[in-house]
Amino acid sequence: MKNIQTLLLSLMTIVGFSGSALAQEAMSLDQKVNEVFAAVTGPFVSLIFAPLPGTSFPWIVMWLVVAATIFTFYFGFVQFRFFKHAIQLVKGDYSDPNDAGEVSHFQALATALSGTVGLGNIAGVAVAVGIGGPGATFWMILAGLMGMATKFTECTLGVKYRNEYKDGTVSGGPMYYISKGFDELGLPGGKILAVLFSVFCILGALGGGNMFQANQAHAQIAGIVGDYPGWITGIIFAAVVFAVIVGGIKSIASVTEKVVPFMGLLYVGAALIILLVNFDKIGWAFGQIFDGAFTGLGVAGGFVGALIQGFKRAAFSNEAGVGSAAIAHSAVKTSEPITEGFVSLLEPFIDTVVICTMTALVITISGQLVMDPATGQFLLNDAGTAIQTIGGVSGVALTSAAFGSSISWFPYVLAIAVILFAFSTMISWSYYGLKAWTYLFGEGKTSELTFKIIFCVFIVIGAAASLGPVIDFSDAAIFAMAVVNIFALYFLMKIVKKELHSYSSRLAAGAIKKFKN
Amino acid sequence: MTSTIVVGLDGHGSGERALAHAEHLAKLIGECDLIVAYIVEWSPYSFQTPEENAERHKRREEEISTAKERVVDSSIEKLITSGLKATGIVRHGDVATALNAISEENNAIQIVVGRSSEGGFAKRIFGSATSNLVMSASVPVTVVA
Repeated sequence: MKNIQTLLLSLMTIVGFSGSALAQEAMSLDQKVNEVFAAVTGPFVSLIFAPLPGTSFPWIVMWLVVAATIFTFYFGFVQFRFFKHAIQLVKGDYSDPNDAGEVSHFQALATALSGTVGLGNIAGVAVAVGIGGPGATFWMILAGLMGMATKFTECTLGVKYRNEYKDGTVSGGPMYYISKGFDELGLPGGKILAVLFSVFCILGALGGGNMFQANQAHAQIAGIVGDYPGWITGIIFAAVVFAVIVGGIKSIASVTEKVVPFMGLLYVGAALIILLVNFDKIGWAFGQIFDGAFTGLGVAGGFVGALIQGFKRAAFSNEAGVGSAAIAHSAVKTSEPITEGFVSLLEPFIDTVVICTMTALVITISGQLVMDPATGQFLLNDAGTAIQTIGGVSGVALTSAAFGSSISWFPYVLAIAVILFAFSTMISWSYYGLKAWTYLFGEGKTSELTFKIIFCVFIVIGAAASLGPVIDFSDAAIFAMAVVNIFALYFLMKIVKKELHSYSSRLAAGAIKKFKN
Repeated sequence: MTSTIVVGLDGHGSGERALAHAEHLAKLIGECDLIVAYIVEWSPYSFQTPEENAERHKRREEEISTAKERVVDSSIEKLITSGLKATGIVRHGDVATALNAISEENNAIQIVVGRSSEGGFAKRIFGSATSNLVMSASVPVTVVA
């Protein structure tokens, strides 16, 4: 709490600072925010990313990968066996027409996706490829495929243990399934874990769901109109988000929700066009991805560096194991919780295996990463922390440059897409954070308003701070959620297995009614 | 043998005229039940925020009770007082598909609807609910001006 106070104080200094300030002075304020922020979050970040003893491998990455592998085997490769069934569910083949007007499988998936598809796919992938080289893509795809099983587990539980209130609204998510599920199994500590999860969920909502988004949206705008202080973007974003989540101006949110899917399609479409135009290089790009995955091709940290980056960015992008999706998916209308589990496993597939791979291929093909023509190895920047890029760009600017090298006007479209993605992700995470907040502090107008105002304040901080500390804190907060969530999933997974057995035997026997063919 | 006619209402003037026409038809036929249907336009493939999803069930109940109170119940009452047998249905979905489904479920001989009052851009692209119904219905459709 003291940390938050320090942050709030530093923010007030900025807001209190007159708008007529010289740009130079404003820039130094950005730096000040940055320093305070990095100092405050440093210990938390170091703990989450602490390497395994005697290695440079962060334990948290191992934690996520091991979990995804265990779930994949425990549920007998559910992500492949039920892939087709998941698509049938989304199409509505098994939806009772009498439930028309309720939340459909498609809507639950679309809502969850618009929370995850976004900057992770555009900026996050660029960070991964920029540091870990094209080889990071291989590990990202692998993590995406395995992560499907994790998502299946948490979303089944999310629906099974959701709260359905008398007034007809629903609330679900890890905090509910951890406390109820542990009680059901007669295990102690469920409540404590649920509280711990909620605390990290609030931090995750403020980090990856907020500051990272604000930060990259600012970078994108500044890249087009020229550099200016980040807090200006922050205040504008905060005002719009405030209008939606506090002012209740639903029209802004619903317009975004409708435009974002089209932006997503446009992004994938543009990536496909670039790949088609450069189809002769696709084989080479995949070669780079496979070679780089095991040799590192001279990137920072070698092949382990590629692996760490790939796994990290996949987890950050599709949020499998983090628990956020379980909140988003829990409103679906179904009498079989496991059906939403099947549907949710499509999420890491679309997000990571399809969209992230597109970004990685475009960056690789574009030649933005500087390679030594003599050795075929990548050249590192002066600090030796990342691959040299043309113009020294990283993050979303790297993706933008990569798309721009084939379609000159695309950076403008991308800027709009980034802003909209950032906005829709913020709206989604403001809801996830709020659910965790109300779980801790109870529902009620004052309690909800307090969280919403804190959320808006962090948008300004996120836009003003520089990418390094923001991305570290965002990752750390989101992964902290995964620490608690996955720990609980190990105890609860047998409940999901029981559901899976029951459902799959009834499905095979034709006892699950199909309404459409 | 009793015949059944489905009347689609939209809460506007054209729906009232459709209702009057159906009443007239039912009296001419003699033994004829009327089903008063109100369709709340809804698609399972629309995009919503997490908050809208969480409140969806509540909103749906509200939409159904509002439609019943404002449109359907008063129409049924009017028909019953004039000596006809009438029931009501409120359903979510695509207007044309849902009206056709209701007529099929109840073996209706005809669907009576008002000329739709909607207009503008969406109509130009997707056609009106009425014209979609005329094109796709499996029983005769009467459109009342």
